[in-house]
Amino acid sequence: MKPMTTMKRELVALLLPAFGLALVLGAWSVSSRTWSKSLPSPSKTWEVSRPYVAEPFEKRGEMDQGLGRFAWYSLILVAKGYGLALLVGTPLGFLLGLSPLFRRSLDPIIQVLRPVSPLAWLPLGLVLFQNSGPAALFTIAICAMWPTVLNTAVGVRAVPQDYLNVARVLNLSRSRTLFKILVPATLPYMFTGFRLSLGIAWLVIVAVEMLTGAPGIGGFLWQEYNSLIYEHIIACIITIGLIGFALDKVMGAVEARFRTA
Amino acid sequence: MSTSADGPALLALQGVAKAFGPPGHRTEVLRNVHLEVARGEFVAVLGASGSGKTTLVSLIAGLLRPDAGTITLDGRPITGPGPDRGVVFQNYSLLPWMSVYENVLLAVEQVFPGWPAAKRKEHVLHHIALVNLSAARDKRPRELSGGMRQRVAVARALAMDPQILLMDEPLSALDALTRATLQDEIVRIWEQRRKTVVLITNDVDEAILLADRIVPLSAGPGATLGAAIDVGLPRPRSRRRFNHDTRANRTRAQVLEALVGHGRKAQKANAPAAAGQPVELPA
Repeated sequence: MKPMTTMKRELVALLLPAFGLALVLGAWSVSSRTWSKSLPSPSKTWEVSRPYVAEPFEKRGEMDQGLGRFAWYSLILVAKGYGLALLVGTPLGFLLGLSPLFRRSLDPIIQVLRPVSPLAWLPLGLVLFQNSGPAALFTIAICAMWPTVLNTAVGVRAVPQDYLNVARVLNLSRSRTLFKILVPATLPYMFTGFRLSLGIAWLVIVAVEMLTGAPGIGGFLWQEYNSLIYEHIIACIITIGLIGFALDKVMGAVEARFRTA
Repeated sequence: MSTSADGPALLALQGVAKAFGPPGHRTEVLRNVHLEVARGEFVAVLGASGSGKTTLVSLIAGLLRPDAGTITLDGRPITGPGPDRGVVFQNYSLLPWMSVYENVLLAVEQVFPGWPAAKRKEHVLHHIALVNLSAARDKRPRELSGGMRQRVAVARALAMDPQILLMDEPLSALDALTRATLQDEIVRIWEQRRKTVVLITNDVDEAILLADRIVPLSAGPGATLGAAIDVGLPRPRSRRRFNHDTRANRTRAQVLEALVGHGRKAQKANAPAAAGQPVELPA
């Protein structure tokens, strides 16, 4: 292949995603016109969703608000659940990484609990807390914490012996070894876990809101399905996707910062 | 074994042995190691790679416990690692998230907890200056060359004001020029501070240039220390003069003979066990 000029390469880099987008929009249009008549077309979706996108923070009623406002509610819930996941998951990861005894006793149960769906945790949360708010937090936290737990544990175990030798030669106390050596050496792994955890927390929020009916992007999605306004479902899906993408980008940048530390 | 300096030995190893591996399949790395190092003395332990040099340093540093024998520092048995022995590791072992200053400060804070902050700072800066790194004090290790990293490691070890400085092949990862510069610096610092030094190396000329005494370590497994060779060259020593100096050449021949001869004996004794790599003869 002939070498491309920089400009040409940039053009191609822009054109290819546009091509992909056009392909999906085309398939969507054709589908809505042929085999799935109830699927709104792209243009219809835009028309119907427009007030929710154009005035994203408008509040017309409890379950009739702009997409930005709904997304904001969801983000706040995610932030709480995610914060709880990190608060519990990081120390748990350190314990697992530091103590073989701890690891051997807890690893099997973690491997069993990890793949359990949020849809299964939420009812248990409702039983435990008798209230949808804490149950939602519980579900987000327990689903999202595993990558943090496991990555932190792996990171602690991967701390180079050299660094630990430094700690031993200097006779660093346990707490100083933890905060001066183990935590900084584990940070890159921790942040990989944090990023994956955030992705899961955002994934879980929609399921949780659909079940609890709380105002938020997921709750809105479910309500609009029940009200047969399918255009809004698609608008919600796109919003959820964009926010998830943005969150991952932000965490990726944070992670990259700590990787080289 | 006699020591070349006066006074009782600062560091003494007696009948030290160390093996690794599960019971029944243990590989003996060191056996029956005796060594005495006098206060202020510069001793080089010379051996081929794989002969157990790092094991020896780890034992003296207290990172490993001997299977047999005793190690004493200033008459007290070594029971674990401690800041009375400054260790310069082969791979520098600097903490990559800390600057040069912070790496040294961590050691100083630990060894002199009672000092006021200003005194600690001055102490750290003094040792960074000692290794000519003042300009790089706020840099992270990955921004430094290998030679500069090793200087930081030396500064950190010296800043602990240890009774003895243990250097485990500190220059083996460096290019020849950087190596020569750092050899000169080690001599300069040693002459300034008169620390007792145990240098582990695989370079005969480095040992001759730096050490008062050279102790050959036979090829492993089951390596042991041979009879010490007094270098006896006047200081300051010049690398350039060495090639024509009969005394230096005689010492070199003596050291090589001790290493190779010892290696052969050890190989015979260990047959049919695999012997370590042969000693590299300098050109």
